[in-house]
Amino acid sequence: MALFTKKYIIDADNSLSYGQASSNFKKVLKLLGIAPPIIKRTAIAMYEAEINTIIHGGGGTAQVVIEDDHIKIMFEDHGPGIADIEQAMQVGYSTASHKVREMGFGAGLGLPNIQKNVSELKIDSTPGKGTKVTIRIAL
Amino acid sequence: MRLNEIIQLTNARIVAGHNMDVGEISVAYSSDLMSDVLTLDTDQLLLISGLANVQLIRTAEIADVAAVLLARGKKTSPEMIDMADKIGLVILESPFSLFRASGVLFAHGLYPIY
Repeated sequence: MALFTKKYIIDADNSLSYGQASSNFKKVLKLLGIAPPIIKRTAIAMYEAEINTIIHGGGGTAQVVIEDDHIKIMFEDHGPGIADIEQAMQVGYSTASHKVREMGFGAGLGLPNIQKNVSELKIDSTPGKGTKVTIRIAL
Repeated sequence: MRLNEIIQLTNARIVAGHNMDVGEISVAYSSDLMSDVLTLDTDQLLLISGLANVQLIRTAEIADVAAVLLARGKKTSPEMIDMADKIGLVILESPFSLFRASGVLFAHGLYPIY
């Protein structure tokens, strides 16, 4: 049985809430006594993916599960999807708007940085339907 | 370097996290791009930035930043202060440019991350 599960709603309409899911889950990991380097990697990967869900997916959900030997987070949005995942994974490639860049994001670093911090990254996307991003961090 | 030394050297004032004891800060990073801040592995750093929005505060929280120095006279919004106080993050405001604030702190012994 999982040690912890929770489904976060990622709201793209309220900019004050951007990153709230990641902030909350980081607190949960601290409370559970997870090792600080794991907490940091998880929080950064989740935050990058949460921001992606907002700026590209128009909001969505993040389902977190903590098991004995790993943390799994599944993001789901119903945005435009990713036409070319390989291209999206390249450092510096970005389709972000000017507004997103003004927030301090949109430099094409998000997906590569998620990859760097997790044990496993899986992206399923159907153009026009949405995107599912699953990350797993070994404990 | 202690926080009060950073405040003195950059002519800064503290606007959030007044009661926080951040201890000794030995490294700093200057950036307006939050994506770059998220690629750092270092904890307990001073983030010097000219980006005055709530994403700066959220990024600082996620990246384990000890204190934020807002440069070139940028003003902290009430939402930023509220968020910083809730998470226990120190925010300083300095009238210096990013270059000057970084330069003076570097000259007085604050280390770069890379």
